[in-house]
Amino acid sequence: MLTFVCRRLLSTIPVMLFIALFVFSLLYLAPGDPAALIAGDQASQTEIDAIRVTLGLDQPFYIRFVGWLGHALRGDLGVSIFSQLPVTTLIGQRLEPTLSLMLLTVIISVCIAVPMGVLAAANQGRWIDRIVMAVAVFGFSVPVFVVGYLLSWVFAIRLDLLPVQGYTPLAEGFAPFLANLILPAIALSCVYIALIARITRTSMIDVLSQDYIRTARAKGLGQGPVLFIHALKNASVPIVTVIGIGIALLIGGAVVTETVFAIPGVGRLVVDAILRRDYPVIQGVVLLFSVAYVLINLAIDLLYTVLDPRVRY
Amino acid sequence: MPILNVSELRTHFRGERGPVRAVENVSFTLESGETIAIVGESGSGKSVTSLSIMRLLAGGRARSSGRIEFLGRDILSLGEAEMRKIRGNEIGMIFQEPMTSLNPVLTIGRQIAETLILHQHLSRAQARARAIEMLRLVDIPAAEQRIDEYPHQLSGGMRQRVMIAMALACEPKLLIADEPTTALDVTIQAQVLELMADLQKRTGTAIILITHDLGVVADVADRVIVMYAGRTVEEATTKDLFLHPLHPYTRGLLATIAKLGSSLDDNAASRLTEIPGQVPSLHESIPGCAFASRCPLVTDLCRHTAPSFEAVEPDHKVACHHVERRLQA
Repeated sequence: MLTFVCRRLLSTIPVMLFIALFVFSLLYLAPGDPAALIAGDQASQTEIDAIRVTLGLDQPFYIRFVGWLGHALRGDLGVSIFSQLPVTTLIGQRLEPTLSLMLLTVIISVCIAVPMGVLAAANQGRWIDRIVMAVAVFGFSVPVFVVGYLLSWVFAIRLDLLPVQGYTPLAEGFAPFLANLILPAIALSCVYIALIARITRTSMIDVLSQDYIRTARAKGLGQGPVLFIHALKNASVPIVTVIGIGIALLIGGAVVTETVFAIPGVGRLVVDAILRRDYPVIQGVVLLFSVAYVLINLAIDLLYTVLDPRVRY
Repeated sequence: MPILNVSELRTHFRGERGPVRAVENVSFTLESGETIAIVGESGSGKSVTSLSIMRLLAGGRARSSGRIEFLGRDILSLGEAEMRKIRGNEIGMIFQEPMTSLNPVLTIGRQIAETLILHQHLSRAQARARAIEMLRLVDIPAAEQRIDEYPHQLSGGMRQRVMIAMALACEPKLLIADEPTTALDVTIQAQVLELMADLQKRTGTAIILITHDLGVVADVADRVIVMYAGRTVEEATTKDLFLHPLHPYTRGLLATIAKLGSSLDDNAASRLTEIPGQVPSLHESIPGCAFASRCPLVTDLCRHTAPSFEAVEPDHKVACHHVERRLQA
């Protein structure tokens, strides 16, 4: 088990390196000159060149990459070109809203999508199943920003039940924190719910036709224990896998959702950084998201052993 | 009083091309402590009969009619909640595939204890103790350790023992065993059958044994019911059936058994035989005798009128128009 974790962690190193290289070169190839941007419209060419030298932009590509990577490994993601603050500090300030939003979204999605999928599978071909599938297709095809604006228009503007935009830190109380976060989380959940509900349904339909489900019924168990104990645990591996893969979807969605609901999160940070060509910030955030994604999926791989005793590493 | 009385059971499935008549008129009774074997080839309706008794067929597609009386209650008219109290508690069931009939992600202890907690309202600790006791009863070595293992850690024979332990945990009045030994090695088959017979002696459980293996039947059954195309064609004590089979299908079935000592180059009479023709489609309603198309004794009467299932001797019933000819022969 421990060897497996070590091996998995080691195998992520090339992946991370590739991501780092990709992120770094993408920005290198992007048009626009940060030195010129910082210097402003009236700057002379010498001034621009001077800024370029202080930023190290005159160095060749590989030297800049290795230098950046070396610092990154020591937890130093560089200094924002725009605000002159360390990137780690900037990200640290923005982490709470984003993590809260994503966590709440995952909780809402799993709590809604899994029972939905189970219900659909148990009633395969009947109207409940069709409604669930229709909702799933709808959830998958309507973009986050449409759902976001719609929710905010109905619940915040017309019904005046919740704040329209913004974020309240958890330290200022759970109720205002939740009030601000619930609409963005629901908006972001739609796609995720659709994804999880579909895979839950498919996986459950497969499991429900197995012999051991008939055995469970022959023991006199009711529909509840048959579905949620005997079937769901067997169906859980694909479901958990999709929850992990879907995190990528969530990361992309968080950027949009934070913009729609004016949440000062990491998503907003990166959008602003892209608009200002603030390379270190963009690199830092993308690297952070990549590492998070890889680690979450490692955790899910380990979860398989808990869910299915036949899986051994 | 018989513990189970099945009369004129019919189970039809709704199919795309009209109803599938899986079980068409099956009647039999079962006394307490008795073992009855239901024999027939694939598609003869023997498994559907057992699943009809348990009411485990998919709700929307299958419809059973007739009467299934279990300890004086009509099973077909019970509510689902009452039926759940019977399943696993008063009627236990063992299935053909021990490899796939146990839940792979739950420990065997949990799967046995579950019925005890549900039906006997035992505490977790009591149920566990009883589960260990049941594992010992079915001869599983080191039961205290095995109880926390998962099905994939056990061999096929062990798994079938676990299934038996599970089915008998609540001491049911009736055990339905649907091809319990088909998926097992021959040596393991004998052990499992012996175990079932032994447990029956101790608990007095009546057994319905569903099988296509006549060797198994000869070993353990008191009485045999032969099914063909969803109908009962013959019913007799095991000895009587093997010595004096009356229905042409039963005779054909017995002739298909390879006899020890015979070889292929002996004279044609002792060769391995088969019954010519095919089982009729269950989609069609058969007006006459279902075996008519394959029967060597067939007459016009057989093709138009279904023979009634009647006792020709005490304890020997048969559905054939030509029993008289057979008896004289």
